[in-house]
Amino acid sequence: MSILKNGMKLLMNRSAQNALGNKCLHTPSSLDAAKAVSIKSPIARAFASGEQNEDKFSNLPVERITCTLIPGDGVYPELMNSVQTVLKAIGAPIDFETILFSEVQHSSSAKVEDVIKSINRNRICLMGALMSPDVSYSGELQNLHMKLRKGLDLYSNVVHVVSWPGVASRHKNIDMVIIRELTEGEYSALEHESVDGVVECLKIVTASKSQRIAKFAFDYAIRNNRERVTCVHKANIMKLGDGLFLKSCSDIKRLYPGVNFEAMIVDNCTMQMVSNPQQFDILVMPNLYGNIIDNLAAGLVGGAGVVASSSFSPECAVFEPGARHVFQTAVGKNIANPTAMLMCASKMLRHVNLQHYSESIRNAIREVLAAGKVRTRDLGGSSSTHEFTDAVIKAIV
Amino acid sequence: MAHRIFHKINNVTQYLARSYGVDARKVTLIPGDGIGPEISAAVQKIFEAAKTPIEWDVVDVTPVKAPDGTMKIPSKAIESVNTNKIGLKGPLMTPVGKGHRSLNLALRKEFNLYANVRPCRSLEGYPTLYENVDVVTIRENTEGEYSGIEHEIVEGVVQSIKLITEEASTRVAEFAFKYAVENKRSKVTAVHKANIMRMSDGLFLRCCRMASSKYPQIKFEEKYLDTVCLTMVQDPSHYDVLVMPNLYGDILSDMCAGLVGGLGLTPSGNIGSNGALFESVHGTAPDIAGKDLANPTALLLSAVMMLRHMELNSQADIIQKACFETIKEGKYRTGDLGGKAKCSEFTDEICRKVQESS
Amino acid sequence: MLGIFSKCTLPKKAGSHTIRQLSSLNFDIQHKHPQARRQVGLPRARYGGRNAVTMLPGGGIGPELMSYVKEVFLHGGVPVDFETIQIDPQSDNNDDLQYAIMSIRRNGVCIKGNIETRSLDTAIISRNVAIRNELDLFVNVINVQSYNNIPSRHKNVNCIVIRQNTEGEYAMLEHESVEGVVESMKVITKENSTRLARYAFELAKNNGRTKVTAVHKANIMKLSDGLFLETCKNMSLNYPDIKFEHMIIDNCCMQLVSNPHQFDVMVMPNLYGSIVSNVICGLVGGAGLISGRNYGDHYAVFEPGTRNTGSSIAGTNTANPVAMLSASADMLEHLGHKVHCDMIRTAISKTLNEDMVHTADLNGTAKSTDVVDNVIKHVKSIAGRI
Repeated sequence: MSILKNGMKLLMNRSAQNALGNKCLHTPSSLDAAKAVSIKSPIARAFASGEQNEDKFSNLPVERITCTLIPGDGVYPELMNSVQTVLKAIGAPIDFETILFSEVQHSSSAKVEDVIKSINRNRICLMGALMSPDVSYSGELQNLHMKLRKGLDLYSNVVHVVSWPGVASRHKNIDMVIIRELTEGEYSALEHESVDGVVECLKIVTASKSQRIAKFAFDYAIRNNRERVTCVHKANIMKLGDGLFLKSCSDIKRLYPGVNFEAMIVDNCTMQMVSNPQQFDILVMPNLYGNIIDNLAAGLVGGAGVVASSSFSPECAVFEPGARHVFQTAVGKNIANPTAMLMCASKMLRHVNLQHYSESIRNAIREVLAAGKVRTRDLGGSSSTHEFTDAVIKAIV
Repeated sequence: MAHRIFHKINNVTQYLARSYGVDARKVTLIPGDGIGPEISAAVQKIFEAAKTPIEWDVVDVTPVKAPDGTMKIPSKAIESVNTNKIGLKGPLMTPVGKGHRSLNLALRKEFNLYANVRPCRSLEGYPTLYENVDVVTIRENTEGEYSGIEHEIVEGVVQSIKLITEEASTRVAEFAFKYAVENKRSKVTAVHKANIMRMSDGLFLRCCRMASSKYPQIKFEEKYLDTVCLTMVQDPSHYDVLVMPNLYGDILSDMCAGLVGGLGLTPSGNIGSNGALFESVHGTAPDIAGKDLANPTALLLSAVMMLRHMELNSQADIIQKACFETIKEGKYRTGDLGGKAKCSEFTDEICRKVQESS
Repeated sequence: MLGIFSKCTLPKKAGSHTIRQLSSLNFDIQHKHPQARRQVGLPRARYGGRNAVTMLPGGGIGPELMSYVKEVFLHGGVPVDFETIQIDPQSDNNDDLQYAIMSIRRNGVCIKGNIETRSLDTAIISRNVAIRNELDLFVNVINVQSYNNIPSRHKNVNCIVIRQNTEGEYAMLEHESVEGVVESMKVITKENSTRLARYAFELAKNNGRTKVTAVHKANIMKLSDGLFLETCKNMSLNYPDIKFEHMIIDNCCMQLVSNPHQFDVMVMPNLYGSIVSNVICGLVGGAGLISGRNYGDHYAVFEPGTRNTGSSIAGTNTANPVAMLSASADMLEHLGHKVHCDMIRTAISKTLNEDMVHTADLNGTAKSTDVVDNVIKHVKSIAGRI
């Protein structure tokens, strides 16, 4: 693992060098990179995405890309402003199609179908956290977020949890990817009161969806040169349901001889996560456990303000914060941390092959956080959202 | 080895039975598997040193085949718990994915243990990444996701039922507030996911609100499960007593144990309508079983919880203090705490301290 | 599956007996599995509109051509991630190959160069063939279309060659029955012929083609090629709108070089396909231009049409990158990235027909990289307009 990470670092250095002015278009870097990887793993494999030279993008013609933008609730509209400011400042060729989508302001919210249509058309979406009240105004069991996921078949959520330099946290050097199934499990919204005072809630697990998310996780491992996938489950109690999930994962594993696989019970996993989170590489899990582990892991590296996530369907990608808390108490105070949303934007840019912009945002955030002069309140500083945003822009320019 | 220790336990039991006579209260002891017998013996020894008026009734819960062909816990064990109303249990092995219901689950149902209580406290002298952790997780223990009702509707589609009842939710909520009052806690947090599971977790939440209205002196708050996870790992001091449905409790209690150094240090109590079972929740550690290397702290602290439950507070305080001091001093720590002491040395040191102070 | 291959690499002992034994194992690979492997396809490796694709650079000029493909994709913003797998040509075992095949199973789609099998051991089957057989890629399609400004004997050639890809003479069932007498078996099955013929007619129907020609040698090989011909004839009855002809292979070759315009869709067994596709590629300008596609029920593999390694010109920056780039465009079409596919095809055609940037094999003076740069230039300008 560590060797591989070094390998990645090596690749990064290489591309950094290229960015510094090695303008030779035909450096056989991709071949070298393939060789470099082949030394470490028995089977040489490398993905194009890991080998790209950013400098080649600097003179790419301007291709405008439209992205659906859902501002979300709480502080997220403010953070979206921050994102738009940064993208404008660096001249990223992104146009936003803003749609108000909210359960708490249902009177002014767009319809789910329209949102789905827009995302299906644009293929990408940037989305803030949605507040979901415990009781919906219409008495429905499904909240808007669940409807959107079902409608788009947004089945996988990827949260890359990584320690930022300069962010105080108890654990260092965390680098893990949490992959969560989004469409079934406990989030089925199938609930009924069978007799008075007794509520049954159905958890649905299907083989096809479990296999799909397992394959996603292993493909993610391959695409990102990661070595180990851990399946998080509770099959000792839910023998059939989680048992099926676990079985699906181990079935799919057989197609990936180069990736290690292990299983861990969810309660043990949370314990391991707070005591030794460095042991994890990729984790794959059903819906509810994913929600728990996402937030737990976000807490380990600095909180909800610094962790971004991306959700995928076969056709679309939605980028949203990794721990979805609307932070209602901070609304209008200009104190929220825009890091998570900026990272979402960075991931989005990368997804549409605008690596140059993507990297520059990420590096700027890294720089600002590492310098530690400008910090929002959640990271122990006193800077405002605007100040942080400006600092990021300054770091890019 | 384990066998020999087992014999020893039996001897000790007889001895205790003689010495305390009619005043002693009978407690069922389930030594468990793996390191279970050794740590049970250690606890018995310390209790003996503290002269607690407890008479042990050691039973075996290895499942036997019932006449209808299913595996069941021996009826003797159930009878014992039913008469004694109180039990102490070491770790049990749970076979994953085998035919019969998991034993822990079966025990819970059998004894109707509706609430699981796990106090997690940072141990002085054994630094972890988190200091000053002091939270108690109270978990509904009979229903929820662990209802055990699952079926395959069509091939490849499994449906598990999470069951929430008003009765069980109210029961555990009221227990949580009662516990908070008795143990001088100031706040109870209900952990839920009612934004997703609007009916089931909504019902649980309603029951908690109802209970809270009866205890105005205790502060009450409602938090989403994910929020709790997020803030817990950042600053555990946000929370005091947490009450929640089964699965969430399972996950959070282990997480909290992780904050203070693992399951080897966290006690656990199960409160039922007709009795209480205190247990250590760590694994059976078959690799070190019989080698005198195990750490009996969790079971000992569980036993201390049991004493408190039986209102034997003075002995409880003495034993707890001796245990914490031994760990703090660091001379006789077991391997899992980074020491070199054997289980017996650790036990002896606690016994010495107990005898000193009593 | 792994088991079969490890058996294949058993040390070869002298004597015909061993060879026959090994051959029967090859027969297993060849003919038991295509049927048995009709499996449920895995979910596609398509995430948020981005596809994961297996890339097997192979030997010779393969790696350089692949780097060109990556470069063009990069500039065109093509939403494809490659999983590159190097197969060590020197190694005697097939672990890398097995991994590659598994990777194709996962991703569903592969772009490959020609993979070398350096071993002369009769027990080791060609790795290219192994990939086709393991994945049951029963059909190979080559769409031959002349480029206007490329010097060639014939202009405006436009035909599709459909070739059986997994059986026939490539069954590799060879044995020495008595000393000095070697028998090679050719296998034609009704099942494979039927699905090939159906594919050919469906393709003709869907692409508005008017004629299907079956190429055979049934006058000599009355049973085997006879079966193939018979199957094609029967299939043609289901497609009354499409004209059906058949032609003997030797005649076909002669007709091809004298009047290639008479052909539209051609369907044939394995070996004839190899011959015809090479002939026809030669007619329009050589091996460096035409791409080929291999399809099975679940998987698709794209490669240059003539399957040459080009080891002799490897590293000299003289190879023609067009065939591999066309293959990548075919792949994008298959993946449903229509816009990007058209973008690359247009860029190629502009480079060859308008800018006249030709490599040495087309009597030009350009280097491989010149062609690629020119393609990239067009890709960039098109990408800006999307």
